[in-house]
Amino acid sequence: MTRPTPNLLFLGVSHRNTPLALRERFALPPDRAAALAAALRGDPALAELCLLNTCNRVELYAVTSRLDAAAALAETFCRIQAIEPALLAAHALELRGADAVGHLFAVAAGLDSQMVGEAEILGQVKDAFAAAQSAGHLGPVLNRVFQKAFQAAKLIRSETAIGEGQVSVATVAVALAEKIFGRLRDSRVLIVGAGDIAEKTAKALRSRDAGALTFTNRTAVKAEELAREFSGAALPFAELGAGLPRFDIVVSSTAAPDPIITLPMVYAAMHARASRPLFLIDLALPRDIEPGAAELPNVFLYNLDDLARLAAENVEHRRAELARARGILDQRAAATWGKLASPPA
Amino acid sequence: MDSTFLTDRAAITVGTVFYAAGLLYGCLSLLLRRRHSRIGGYALMALGWLVQTYGLFLRGEATHSCPIGNKFEVLQFVAWSCTLLYLFLGPVFRTSLFGFFSAGMAVLLGVLSLAVPAWDAAARARPFGNDPVVAFHASLALFSYGVLALLALTSLMYLLQHRNLRRKRLDGPFSLLPSIVELDHINLRLLTVGVALLALALGVAVVHWHGDRDAVVPAKFVATVAVWVCYAVALMQRLRQRWIAQRFAWVGLLLFLAPLFSLWIVNAPRRTPTAPVTEPASERAP
Repeated sequence: MTRPTPNLLFLGVSHRNTPLALRERFALPPDRAAALAAALRGDPALAELCLLNTCNRVELYAVTSRLDAAAALAETFCRIQAIEPALLAAHALELRGADAVGHLFAVAAGLDSQMVGEAEILGQVKDAFAAAQSAGHLGPVLNRVFQKAFQAAKLIRSETAIGEGQVSVATVAVALAEKIFGRLRDSRVLIVGAGDIAEKTAKALRSRDAGALTFTNRTAVKAEELAREFSGAALPFAELGAGLPRFDIVVSSTAAPDPIITLPMVYAAMHARASRPLFLIDLALPRDIEPGAAELPNVFLYNLDDLARLAAENVEHRRAELARARGILDQRAAATWGKLASPPA
Repeated sequence: MDSTFLTDRAAITVGTVFYAAGLLYGCLSLLLRRRHSRIGGYALMALGWLVQTYGLFLRGEATHSCPIGNKFEVLQFVAWSCTLLYLFLGPVFRTSLFGFFSAGMAVLLGVLSLAVPAWDAAARARPFGNDPVVAFHASLALFSYGVLALLALTSLMYLLQHRNLRRKRLDGPFSLLPSIVELDHINLRLLTVGVALLALALGVAVVHWHGDRDAVVPAKFVATVAVWVCYAVALMQRLRQRWIAQRFAWVGLLLFLAPLFSLWIVNAPRRTPTAPVTEPASERAP
C-alpha cells in the first residue's frame, strides 16, 4: 500500500512583502484569531492547521485534501478580517510542499525575521504549535514538520553565528556592561533621563538581572514613575554629582543642551570609587557626558555612535552567516519533505 | 629508569604536542568565530598533562627525587604545575579562553625547554641529596611559580579585554574574553595563593637553614626572597586599593619575568657532596 504525498500548503503575509501600514490591517487580534481557527476547522477539506500570528507575520500552515484550498483559506481570512481579497492576493505568499517546509524552517531559525537571527520568533512558533496542538488541529504531517523545524532552528544557532552579537543600541550597551562587570547582579545602575531609550535600556538591563536600578530626571515625577515601574529608586537630580560614585553603570539620555555629567564630576567619582571601573553610556544628542571622561583610567565611555556602530557590525556578521545557515536549512527541509512525500517501503 | 614504551624526554615531547593540539584547537575556534565545546580543549590538555606527568615520573624515578634538576626540568615542572592548576581551576572559574591561554603557556614553556638541548645535557642524580625537606621546599616554590605563571596568563587576558573595551573594538578573535572585573578577581586570588605558597616554601627553607647552613646557597635564597617580596608588595598595593586593576595586571604579567630569571640562579649547582653530575635519564643506556 502506498501513502499519497500530503498536500501541505502555506499562505501568509509578512514584513518581507507587506508594508507596516498593511500589516496592521492583516494582524489578527486574539478574538479574531480564535474566530478564524474555528471557521477553518469547520472546513472538511482541512486535515491539519497551524496559525502563526506575530507583529511581523500572519501565516497559515495547512494540510488539505483539495488543491484549491488556498483560495478557500484566503476567502475565510478576508471575511473575518474584513479585507478586500484583492489586497490579500497582492501581498500574500503562497507556497506548497517542500517550499512551505523550507519557509517554516527559515522562520523558526530567525532567518526570515526583520532582525536576522533573533531568537524570539522560535518561541512564537513554538507557542503557535502548542496552541494548534491543544486545539486538536495538528496531525502527523504538521507535527513532524514543526518538530523538525524546531530541531533545525537549534542546529542553526549552535552551528552558525547567526544569533551572535547584539543588534540594538540598548542590548549592545548591556552586552558591553557584561564585558566589564560580568554578571550584572551586583552592579548598581543609574538611569539619567526618562525618555524612550532610557526605558528600553533599563528593560534590557533588568532582563540581564542587573542589580538595583536608580532613576534621576529634571522632572522628578517621571523618575519616580520609572522607579515604580522597575522596582527601583529615584535620585533627586540635584544629587547627581554627589551620588555618581555609588554607581557602576550610568546611562544618560536627556535632552540637555550641555553636558550634565562633567569631567570634574567623573574625576571626583573615580577618586571615591577606588579601583572599581565605571561604565558610562551616553545615549543623548547633544551629548550628556563630557568626552574627556573617556581618558580617565578605569572609565569606559560609549556614546550613541559607538553603540550604533557595534550593533551594525553585529548585523553584518549575522548577514555573513546567512548563506551557510540557509544551506543547512535547505538540506534539512528537503530531507524532511522527502520522508513525508516518499511512499513507505 | 628507561622505558620500553616511551623515554622520559619522548613522553614530555608528546605531552607538549598534546598541549600544542589544544592550542591549535582554540586557535581554529577563534579564527572561525565559532563557540567551541570546552571539553575538546580540556581533554587535549588533560591528555598532555598525563603524558607529561609520565615523562616527569620517569625522570624522578631515575634521580630518586623531584625532577627539577636542570633548566629543562624546571621549565617542564612550571608548565606541569600551571596545567595542573588549569585542570582544577578551569571548571571552577568557567572562564572562557582560560584553556586557550593555558595551552599557550604550556606550549611556550615546553617548546622553550625542548629547543635548547644544552639545558637538558646533564641531570644531577639526587639534586637535593637525600633531604626530603629541601625537595619539598623546591617543589613547593616551583609550584608557586606555576600559580604565578597562571597569574601572568590571566593578567594578559585582562589587558587584552581592557584594550578591546577602551578601543571599542569587540569583534576581534578575543571577543569571547571574560569580563575585566571577573579577571581582576581571579588575578587577586591567584596572587594571594602564589604569595602564600612561596612564603611557605621560603619558611621551610629558613627552618632548614637553621639546621644545616651549608645546605642553602645564599644567592638562591636571596633570589627567591626577592621574587616573593616583589609579589607581596604587588598584593599589598592591590589590597590597599593603591593600584587600579589595569596596573595590577601589568605587574602580574611583567613580574613573571622575575621568577623566570630567578630560576637560572636557583638552578645553579648546590653545594652538596651527594650531587654528582649524570646524564639525563633518557640518554642513559637501558
